[in-house]
Formats: sequence, C-alpha cells, structure tokens
Amino acid sequence: MTAYLTRTIFNEEHHLFRDQVRRFMEREVVPNHGEWEEDGKVSRDVWLKAGAAGLLCTVIPEEYGGVGADRFFSAIIIEEISRAGASGLGFNLHSDIMAPYILNYGSEEQKRAWLPKMTTGEVIGAIAMTEPGAGSDLQGVRTTAVREGNHLVINGQKTFITNGQLADLVVVVAKTDPAQGAKGMSLVLVEAGTPGFTKGRNLHKVGLKAQDTSELFFSDVRVPITNLLGEEGKGFKYLMQELAWERLQVAIRNVAMAEAALDHTIAYTRERKAFGHAIADFQNSRFRLAECKTEVQIARAFVDHCLALVVKRELDAASAAMAKLFATETSGRVIDECLQLHGGYGYMWEYPIARFYADARVQRIFGGTSEIMKEIVARTL
Amino acid sequence: MMLPRTIFTADHDLFRDQVRKFCEREIAPHHAKWEEDGIVPRSAWLKAGEAGLLCATMPVEYGGAGADRFYSAIIMEELARINASGPGFSLHSDIVAPYILNYGSEEQKRTWLPKMASGEVIGAIAMTEPGTGSDLQGVRTTAVREGNKDLIVNGQKTFITNGQNADLVIVVAKTDPKQGAKGISLVLVEATRKGFTKGRNLEKIGLKAQDTSELFFSDVRVPARNLLGEEGKGFAMLMQELAWERLQVAIGAMANAEAALQWTVDYTRQRKAFGQAIAEFQNTRFKLAEIKTEVQIGRVFVDRCIDLVVKRELDVATAAMAKYWTSDLQCRVIDECLQLHGGYGYMWEYPIARAYADSRVQRIYAGTNEIMKELIARTL
Repeated sequence: MTAYLTRTIFNEEHHLFRDQVRRFMEREVVPNHGEWEEDGKVSRDVWLKAGAAGLLCTVIPEEYGGVGADRFFSAIIIEEISRAGASGLGFNLHSDIMAPYILNYGSEEQKRAWLPKMTTGEVIGAIAMTEPGAGSDLQGVRTTAVREGNHLVINGQKTFITNGQLADLVVVVAKTDPAQGAKGMSLVLVEAGTPGFTKGRNLHKVGLKAQDTSELFFSDVRVPITNLLGEEGKGFKYLMQELAWERLQVAIRNVAMAEAALDHTIAYTRERKAFGHAIADFQNSRFRLAECKTEVQIARAFVDHCLALVVKRELDAASAAMAKLFATETSGRVIDECLQLHGGYGYMWEYPIARFYADARVQRIFGGTSEIMKEIVARTL
Repeated sequence: MMLPRTIFTADHDLFRDQVRKFCEREIAPHHAKWEEDGIVPRSAWLKAGEAGLLCATMPVEYGGAGADRFYSAIIMEELARINASGPGFSLHSDIVAPYILNYGSEEQKRTWLPKMASGEVIGAIAMTEPGTGSDLQGVRTTAVREGNKDLIVNGQKTFITNGQNADLVIVVAKTDPKQGAKGISLVLVEATRKGFTKGRNLEKIGLKAQDTSELFFSDVRVPARNLLGEEGKGFAMLMQELAWERLQVAIGAMANAEAALQWTVDYTRQRKAFGQAIAEFQNTRFKLAEIKTEVQIGRVFVDRCIDLVVKRELDVATAAMAKYWTSDLQCRVIDECLQLHGGYGYMWEYPIARAYADSRVQRIYAGTNEIMKELIARTL
C-alpha cells in the first residue's frame, strides 16, 4: 500500500478490529465474490458468518445483541468491504442505516424481536424508500399504508431496494395520510412472507453484480398496527435525522475504493512492461498516479475530519453533503484514470479495477445524487 | 459558513484581527497606486515592521517576536484575502530571514535580522536564472574566492521577488563551478556593492505591485564572511525548508480562493438578470456549491499541513500535494468566479479580475506543479 499521512482518528482497539475484519474478508468473502456475482446475490451463509464474527450491527447496544461500538468501527467495516471490492454485501445498509431506525424509533418489543436476529444475520434488513416515480423527491412517495381497525393495509411499489431478494424485514416508507406531503409519511415494518408482499426482479445493473437490488410489490398487505415504526406521520422526520451519517458512509466507502484502486494500479504498472520500461516509469503514468494519490489523500483528510465529527454527533448536513459529493466524484475520476493505466486488461472483469469501475458509477447517484448534494451545500452559501 | 478551524488559539485570533485592521488601513487603500508604480513603497514596509508583521517567527533577541508559524500563516492569509500581492512580506520574513537565522553567523544575525524585522532592510533571495528554474543544479552564477578574504560574484538572476526594493540579497552561486549541487553556496550581497545592478522591474500578467526583477552581478566583490553557512552546502540548505516554503503557497491559495468565493456570493446576490438575482439560478447555485465544497476540503487539508509544519512533521510529498492541489484549485475557483461576474469580472476594479491575473503564477513558482507531481510520484 502506498503511504499516506497517518490517520489520527483510530485507537489501538480500532486497529485490531480492522485486522479481524480484513482477515474475514480475505477468508470468507473474496474467494466467493465471483460466484455471488454470477448468482446476483451473496449467500445467506456469509451473513451468518459475518454475524458470528461480530461484523453486523456493531453499533447496536449489547442488550439487543450488538456490542455498542462507536461509529469508527462501522467505518472500518465499510472500508474493509470496499477495499476488497465486495460490493455485494449489504451489511452497511443493514447495520448502520436500517438497524438504527429500529433502535431509535422502535418499541421495546420491536427492538427485542428484531435487533438480536439482525446482529446474528438470521434476519436481513432492507429499507424501501425509492419508487419508480420518487427518488430524491421523497415527498412524492405513492405507496400507502391505510388504517383498517387494528391493521394497516399497504399498497404500492418500490424499486432499487438494496438486499431486496434476501430481506426478511423491510422498513417501508409509506403515506398513512395520502392527502398530505411529508407529514403524511410513516415507517412500517413488513416481514417477508406476509401475504401480498412479493419480491420483483433482481435488477440487472452496470455494477454491484452480487448485490440483490430489487423491486418490491405490496398488494393489500395487512400488517398489525404495532408494526408502525415510531409515530404515525413522523416518517419523513425520522428519515432526515441521520442523513449526514448515512451520506458520510458513502464517502467513507468511496475513499477506500479509490485507495484500493490506486494500490492495484501502482502494482500493475510496476509489473507491466511496454517499450522496454515498466509502465510505472513513464512520466505520464507517474504524474497521473501522483494526481490520483493527491486527490485520495485530500479526500481522506476531509472524510476523517467528518468521521471524527459524526462520532461526536457534530456533523452538519452540508459538510456531509460535501464529503459525499467530493469523495464520490473523486473515486469516479481516480478509478477511471486507474483503469486507463491498465490498458485492455483494465476492461476485463477478472481485474479488480474493472469491477471498481462498474461499481463506482452509482456512488454519485444513490444516497442522494451529486446534484442534490450541491443543492444542500448551496443553501449554506 | 464553513467548518470551524481548530488549529488556532485565542491569541492567534487576536493577532489576526490586528493584521486585518492593518491591511484594511495601510494596504488595501493604496494597493492600486502601488500597482501603477510597480512597487510597494518603503514606508509600507516600515509600517508593517512597526506593527509586528515582519519576521514574526524570529527570536526576540534578533528583533522578532519568537512567534510560531501559525502567526506567519495568519499574515499570509490576511494579505491573500485582500489580493495584496505586492508586498513581498512572506518571502522576506518566512524564507529569507530563516536562512540567516538558521545558517548565519552571530554577526550576520545581529547585523541583519533586527533591521529586517523593522522593515529598514528588505530581503530577497536570488535563485532563478534565465536558464535555470526548478533545475537548480544548473545555476551558472559563480562566487569565486580571491585569496582568503574575498569572493567575486558574477552572473545574472531573474524573477527575483522584491528585486527593486531589496537591500540584502541571498545569492545562490557556485563556489565550485566544476561541481553540481555540491558546488553551490549562499552568499549575502548588499544592494550597495559595486558591480551589483538591478535590471528591469519585470512586466507580468499579475502581481502588478510586486517588483519582481532581474539582477546583475559583474565582478561584485564581497568579503568571505558574507558566505551564509558553509561553503558548498548551499543546495542542502535550500532543500531544508522546502516543505514549509511550498506550504506557504498553499496557505495563500486557500485564503485567496475563500475570498474569491465570498466576493462572488456577494456579487451574484446583488446582480440581477432576467428578473432574478444571478445567485438564484440553479447553475450559479451548483457552481458555487462545487466551489465551496472544494474550498472547504482544501482548507481542512491545508490546516492539517499547517499543524504538521508547526510540529516540524510535514514531509516533502505532502507539502507538494498541498502546493499543487490548492494552486490548481485556486485557479479553477477564480476562473469560475470570474465567469459568474460576467463582464465586470474582466474589469480591474473588481477584485476577482486581479485575483485571476495574480493566481496564474501560483502553479509555477516555488516549484512548478509538474515538479510537485514528480516529488509525489517518488512516494507511490
């Protein structure tokens, strides 16, 4: 690995944990990821192994099965998964986005019912926000959850849902009061197997080949009113609450991806010869790699700064948006440049840089598009 | 609104207020006149000396305030944020004076540093020659010994900051012309020495009030005690503080880019087109958001580097990253900001026009950005 400024945010425990995670990735994930890509999803088995290894829901308190870890541990898992190019694993959505909704807004019963099993990997979580007609513009959600006695009846359609095929439990964003905008929105827990809830296509994508991103359909799905997560009508507010952290997670992933892509490229250009030289010795290669390393270092310094803030619960929305915007744009550029330095081999799926390239494109889109990030930053001008 | 900066103490903040007031009172109102003159008057240097803006990092016994480099950074930032590109204070205080402090004899330090701190003596360093820029080993100026007592300096220098004003010049010369780096020494040459003449005050794209000049040395005789540090160690001495010297460019770049963003936010809010403020068009909002993002990110990185340089822990490659990336950023930002000013952005009376002209050289001096990439590439 090429050397960067010493990262100052981690302690000894964090470093030890990183070693564990890295070994887990090397042993349990990397050798199988190619097969999972062909299958279009990862195995349930790897979820259970990850649970046993303590890689799921680390931030959840011990009483609910987690270890009550700080968010640095979450960041380490995200980084190690990303370095390994293991884009199929939806752990981070499960552990650091979905589970916290249950922890923060769930009833005691909901927490006890779901969090321990999410921590072991027995239950895989998903969150169903996006619809065919509503992406960043969440207020346009058309899925409804209408009260009927002690039940809610859910109708609607979701798409681009991470962990869609594997999901055992889905947080569905739906309008409990369709006459209203944001204020009509609620979060509802829907278990897989509930009559009327069907999983649609496992979507074909440019990258993230082992990730079972799917359509979900809800047709007169009846769930007890106790499946409401938090208060009725507060869904929009809940979804806004941790956006800074959720977006920073994307930034964390992208810096790690860019770092890994650069390492692969340095190694490749040193070993590959052309016109009697290692590719790495040509001035153009040296300068392009120097530019990539600089951008990665600068993104790293900023994301670490934000990470320290988010652990202290001090990260504001605009700074998180900057991190997400800059890190994803940087990883997109860096990975493209790195692919170029690989020549024809960079286009072949067996080379990690090809997968990084395919995986990187969506980073500028999900978690809020780059354009939405700019809108958020623009409000602070 | 940006993330709070965490590197400064309350003392630093107070000092910044002082510097800002000084700049507003003594520099900003006169800078246009200095641009017409192509030079900053000596009176401004004396006032800066009196206000404690020169040689702040020099020890008290040599007339300085023994300040840390955060103070230097503050002075650079305050000058950069008002586009005060004429005063060569930081070259004088944070590059020339430290050579004398670090390598000078006790006599040299006592002779020059107090007067440099007061502004009575203006310093310069003469490295670049018509045929030698980044490739310093190619220096052709010679300083040949005559007997034990004197050195005879011959040669020609160019692009020398503070060239017309300079009272004291550190001349980079070969004391052993047969050798490369090992033949290079530093020699102090006073402006009054016979045979030392100042050439053209060079016309430039920007930095209009900066007296960047040619210098000529024709059989200039100086006593051997004018050698700065050991003979033949010049190259090593010049390498010693390169990380800090390059970070100074980055510090100026960030402060200037931040200012450019602020001018442009203000301008686009007040300027109307097609019935609304320019600031309200989505393109403007997105461009400004992109700029703010990059400026914020550059700021966090440069602050990390400043903190490291104060602890004497900044490595060459990281400083090179800071210099190249922030100077590129500064130019990108200013170009975009000028665009958002429309035709007014091309008019010299608007600060963005001057910033545009001034900033281009940031990617060239103190080691071109290509040299920076070469340095970074060595650490891949």
